[in-house]
Amino acid sequence: MNTRVRLLQLLTAAWSWLFLLVIMAIFEAWSWSVYDRTFFGNLYNVQAVLLTATQILMMALGLTFVIIAAGIDLSIGFICGLAAVTMAVVIRALPELPPELSFTLGVIAAIAIALIPGFVNGWLIAKWKVPSFIGTLGMFGVTRGMAFLVAGGATVSIRNDTARSFGNSRVFDIIPVPVLVAAVITLYFHYLLAHTRFGVYVYAMGGNLQSAVRAGVNTTRITFMLFMLSAFTAAMAGIFYTGRFSAGAADAGEPILLNAVAAVFIGGASLSGGSGTIAGTVIGSLIIAIIQFGLVFIGMPPFWQFITVGLVIIVAVLIDQSKDRLARLGTGSA
Amino acid sequence: MKPSADDNANLSTGHADSNATGSSALLSVRGICKRFGGTQASRDIDLDVHAGEVLALAGDNGAGKSTLIKMIAGVNRPDSGEIRLGGQRIDGQSPQEVRDLGIETIYQDLALADNLDVGVNIFLGRERMRRVLGVPMLDRKWMREEAAGALEHLGIRLDNLSMPVGYLSGGQRQAIAISRAVYWNAQLVIMDEPTAALGVPEQREVKDLIKRLQAKGVAIIFISHNLTDIFEVSDRIFVLERGRKAGERAIGDTSEDEVVAMMMGKVIDT
Repeated sequence: MNTRVRLLQLLTAAWSWLFLLVIMAIFEAWSWSVYDRTFFGNLYNVQAVLLTATQILMMALGLTFVIIAAGIDLSIGFICGLAAVTMAVVIRALPELPPELSFTLGVIAAIAIALIPGFVNGWLIAKWKVPSFIGTLGMFGVTRGMAFLVAGGATVSIRNDTARSFGNSRVFDIIPVPVLVAAVITLYFHYLLAHTRFGVYVYAMGGNLQSAVRAGVNTTRITFMLFMLSAFTAAMAGIFYTGRFSAGAADAGEPILLNAVAAVFIGGASLSGGSGTIAGTVIGSLIIAIIQFGLVFIGMPPFWQFITVGLVIIVAVLIDQSKDRLARLGTGSA
Repeated sequence: MKPSADDNANLSTGHADSNATGSSALLSVRGICKRFGGTQASRDIDLDVHAGEVLALAGDNGAGKSTLIKMIAGVNRPDSGEIRLGGQRIDGQSPQEVRDLGIETIYQDLALADNLDVGVNIFLGRERMRRVLGVPMLDRKWMREEAAGALEHLGIRLDNLSMPVGYLSGGQRQAIAISRAVYWNAQLVIMDEPTAALGVPEQREVKDLIKRLQAKGVAIIFISHNLTDIFEVSDRIFVLERGRKAGERAIGDTSEDEVVAMMMGKVIDT
C-alpha cells in the first residue's frame, strides 16, 4: 500500500515537470514540421523564453510565499509598474551623474518605494485582519494611481548604459544578465522557504493558522514579512523591465500579474494555502513563458496564449483537487 | 528572571510532598473568578491536580470548562484568585511561558499543521537547526528521528514519517499531539475532548495513551462530554455548573446518575 501511495504522490507532485516536458516536445515537433528546424536547439529562442520566464518568475516568487500562507497579493502588478517608473524617473533626474551611480540610485529608489505598499499590505492584513484579497485589491488601485502619477501619465524613457547592459547583455555571450540575477534570487528564496524557520512558519500558517499561533509563532511579524517580500520581488520585476526596455511604464507589470498567479498554481500551490514550492513556481513560469513565446513563434494569433494559459490553470486546479483523494487512497483513512 | 532559586525550591518540595503524601498538588487553583461582561464564567473555583492523576472536568455546555482551562493555560487571565504549578504562581504568565513551565494543552481541533510532517509538527516553534557550510538549515532528519523516538516511547509506530500528518488517521494525529506534549516534558497535559472526533477503535487507542501517560507520572486534566469515557480513564471527577463547582468525587465513590445530577445543579457540595 505504501509504494502505491508514494507512486501517486510522486505523480501528483511531478505532473508539472511532465507537463513542461510535453509542452516542450509539442513545440519542438511543431517547429520541425512547419519550419523544418529546431525550436529549443536555437540559443536565441531559449534566451527569449528564459527572459519571459524571468519576468513572470520575479513577480511569482514573493507571491508563492503569500499563497502558501493562504493569502493573495493582487497589488504586485502595479508595484512592479511603480518600481519601473520610479527607477526611470530617478535616472532621468540625474543626467550629470555617472551612469553606474544613477542606475544604482534608481534601483535603490525603486525597491524603497515598492516596500511602502508592501508594508501597508502587511499592516492592513496583519494588524487590521483585512482579508488579503480585499487589502491588496485596495492597494492595487492605490499603486496603479501612484505609478501613473509618478510617470506623469506616459512611458518614461531613459538613456543609461548601465541600465541597458543590465537588461540586455549576456554573461559569456550566453546567459542574459536578468536570468542570472533572477537565478540567484530564486535560489535564496528556495533556501528561505525550504530550509529556514521562516519557511516552516509560512507553511504552518497556511496549513493551520491556529497551530502556528499556539506554537508561539509571531504570525503578525511573518505576515508583514510576506507582503514585504512580495513587494520586493515585484520591484525586481520592474527593475528588469526598465533595464530591458530602457523605459519605465506604469503598466509594466499589469499583464504579468495573472501569469504570475497562474505560475504559482501550476507549480502546485493550493488556493487554500499550505502547499507550493519555489521549484514548482519556476516550472510554472517556464510553462507559461514557453506557451507565450512558442505560440508567437509558430505564428498563432497572440490571443491564443490567453486561451491556452487559461486552460492550463484549470487543469492545474483540477489536479490539485484530486491530489488529496489520490494520496489518501490506500492509507485507510479515505 | 526573578523566579529562580526560591521557586525552584518550591517546585522540588512540591514534588517531594506529592510523591510522599499525595497531599500537595502539582497544580493548585485557589479562588479563581472570571467574568466576561455580564456572565460570571468562573465563580470562586478551587481545584487540585496531583502528579500521575487523571482529573475529569465535566459540565454542561457553558458550565465554564473552557474558561477554566484557558486560565490554567495562560490564554485568559483570572479576575481574582491564584494558580500555582509546583508552588510557583503561573496566573498572569503568557501561554508560551506556561507551556515552557510544563503545562501543555491539546485542543479539540488539534493544534497540528496538516500539511507538515510529524517531525516538524512536534518541533513547531522550537525547530532544530544545523549548519551546512556555515549556512543554518532546518535539521529535518534529526527532527523526524527524534519524533519517531517520542512516538515509540508511547508505543506508537508510523510507517511513513515524512508524510504530511493530514494523511494520518484521527487517532494517530491525536497521538502525535500527545507525544509532542510528552517530548517537551509536560508535567500536566490538558486534553479538551480528545476522543470527540474519533471512531470507536481510535477512542480506545487514545484512552490507552492517557493511561500510559499517567503511568509515567504525568498529570492529566481530561475534558469530556462522554461519561463512559470519564468513568473509564479518570481517578477523580470535578463537575462545573454555571461557572461554579457543583461537586468533586473520587471516581469510585460516584455514579453516572450522581454526576448528571451535579451537572444539572442538583447536588452542590460545599
